[in-house]
Amino acid sequence: MNLFSILEEIEKVDPEFNDRISPRRDAIKNITSFGSKVAVAAIPFAMGNLFKKAYGQAASSTVLGVLNFALTLEIIEATFYKMGLAASGLVTDTAYITHIYNDENNHVNFLTSAITAAGGTPVTASEFTYVDFTAGSGSMHGPFADVFTNYQTFLAVAETFEDTGVRAYKGQAPNLLGNQTYLTAALDIHSVEARHASAIRYLRTTSYGATVLPWITSVASASVDTSGAASNDTGIAGVNANYGGATPENTVTQGGVNILSLPSATGSTTSYAAASAAFDEPLTQAEVVAILSPAFVAFN
Amino acid sequence: MKTETDLTNTNVNMARRSFLRYAGAGVAGIGLLSAAACHKDHTVTPTAGVTDVGSGDVGVLNYAYALEQLEAAFYLQVIATPYSSMPSIELAYLTDIRDHEVCHREFFKAALGTSAIMGLTVDFSAINFSSRASVLGAAKAFEDLGVTAYDGIAYNIQNPAYLAIAGSIVSVEARHAALIGNLLTSGNFATTDQVSATTGLNISNTPSAVLAGANAYLKTKVSAKSFS
Repeated sequence: MNLFSILEEIEKVDPEFNDRISPRRDAIKNITSFGSKVAVAAIPFAMGNLFKKAYGQAASSTVLGVLNFALTLEIIEATFYKMGLAASGLVTDTAYITHIYNDENNHVNFLTSAITAAGGTPVTASEFTYVDFTAGSGSMHGPFADVFTNYQTFLAVAETFEDTGVRAYKGQAPNLLGNQTYLTAALDIHSVEARHASAIRYLRTTSYGATVLPWITSVASASVDTSGAASNDTGIAGVNANYGGATPENTVTQGGVNILSLPSATGSTTSYAAASAAFDEPLTQAEVVAILSPAFVAFN
Repeated sequence: MKTETDLTNTNVNMARRSFLRYAGAGVAGIGLLSAAACHKDHTVTPTAGVTDVGSGDVGVLNYAYALEQLEAAFYLQVIATPYSSMPSIELAYLTDIRDHEVCHREFFKAALGTSAIMGLTVDFSAINFSSRASVLGAAKAFEDLGVTAYDGIAYNIQNPAYLAIAGSIVSVEARHAALIGNLLTSGNFATTDQVSATTGLNISNTPSAVLAGANAYLKTKVSAKSFS
C-alpha cells in the first residue's frame, strides 16, 4: 500500500483534503485563534481515523476557530456586564442591563456547548493574559478609568462593545458560508448584539441626554474613512477605530452600487446619513483583536 | 508573546472555491447579476397569481427585495400620515427607518436589475395609521420578521459578496426592531418571543413561515418555493 498515492487520489476528488487532515497546518492556524486548540498530539494516524476527522465531525477547524473567536468576545462582554452589575451603586437601570447580561451569559453557554459538541475545545476565561475594561492594556488605568464607578462611562463603553461585537460577527460570516447550523447560529447571535447596541444607544439618549441614534451615523465625507473618525457617533473620544477599518462604517457603496445615487423617499438621490446608516460594516478578526487589545488579550 | 496569523489568507482559502465559482459575477460587479442571470426558473412551478422569488442567489435577493418593498411601503405611509400626536423624537426615528428601508429596497432593485420581481401591491387595511399602538405594533412585527427572514435564509447564499450584504442589512433591521420594542415598552428591546431566554439567540424563520406573515399585508402574494 502506497500511502502517498492514496492521498493523491483522494486529493483529486477533494482538493481540500490536506487542509482537513494536516495537523501542522491546523496547529499554525490555531496558534492565535483564541484557543480553538486542535490538540496536535491527539490527531490519529490510522487512515480510518483520518477520514472520520475529515468528514465525521460537525465542524472544521475554521468553523471552530470562528466559534471560539465569538466565544472569546462573549466572555469579555459577559464579564463586563457582570462586573458592572456587581459594582455597588453603579447601574440604576438594573433590569435593562441585567437582560443584556443574561443574553451574553447565554451566548457564552451556547457557544461553549456548541464547540464541545463539535469536538473542539472552548476557550475559557483563564486564557486571558489580561482583561482591562479601563482600556489600559492591563494597567487598569486606561482612558476609561472610571468605567465601574461612573455609570455614564460604563454605558459608553457598553455601547462601543456592542457595536464592535456586531462588526466582529459580521466579519466572520463569510467563513461560515453555506453552513446551515453555524452560520444561522452566528447570525442569530449577531442580531441580538445589534439589538443590544440599539438598546444601549436608546438608553443613553432617552435617559441620560446623549444624542446617539440607535444606528451608527456617519458625517458626510468624500471618501471612505478607515480611521473611523467620520463614523464615531458615540460622543466618546478614543474609539474611532471601532468604527473604522478596511470597510469603515461610513461606506456608501455596496456590492459596487453607489447608494447615494439611488432614489429615496424625498428625491432622486439618497442622503449620506441614510446611505451609511442603512448598512453596518464588518471588521476582520485581526482588526477586532487590534481594536480590543487595550481591553483584553487572549493568549497564553 | 503574540504571533499574528494571516487570517485574511484563511478567509481566502475558505471561500476560495466559492470565489472561483462566481468569478464571472465578481464581488464588485453586482450589477452584472442581471446580465448573467437566468430568467427562466427551471426548478419551480409557480402558482397562478403568486410571484415566486426564484432560486439560487437571485431567489435570495428577490426574497429580501420583497420584504424590503413591504417595509418601505409601510414606513412611507407612516410618515405620510403620522399617528396622532406623534412626538418629534418618534417622527425622527421613524423617518430614519423609512429612509433605511427605502435604501434597502432601492439597493436590491438596482442589484437585481432585470432579475428583479415586480413591484408588489401592499394591503395595509388591517393597520390603523392614526393609532400609535397599531402602527408600532405593525412596525415591530415587520422588523422582527425581517430579522428572522435574513437569519433564516442566509445559509442558502452561495456568493460571499451577497452574504456580506445580507449581514450588513440584518443588523440594521435588528437595531430597528429593538428600537420599536423599546418605544412600545421600555426594556422590550429583545422580547422572549424573538430572542430565546435560554440560548440568547434571535429566532430565525424559513421563507414559507416569513411569507405566511408577510403575505397578510400583500395583495400581490409572494412565494419562495425553491427554498425549504
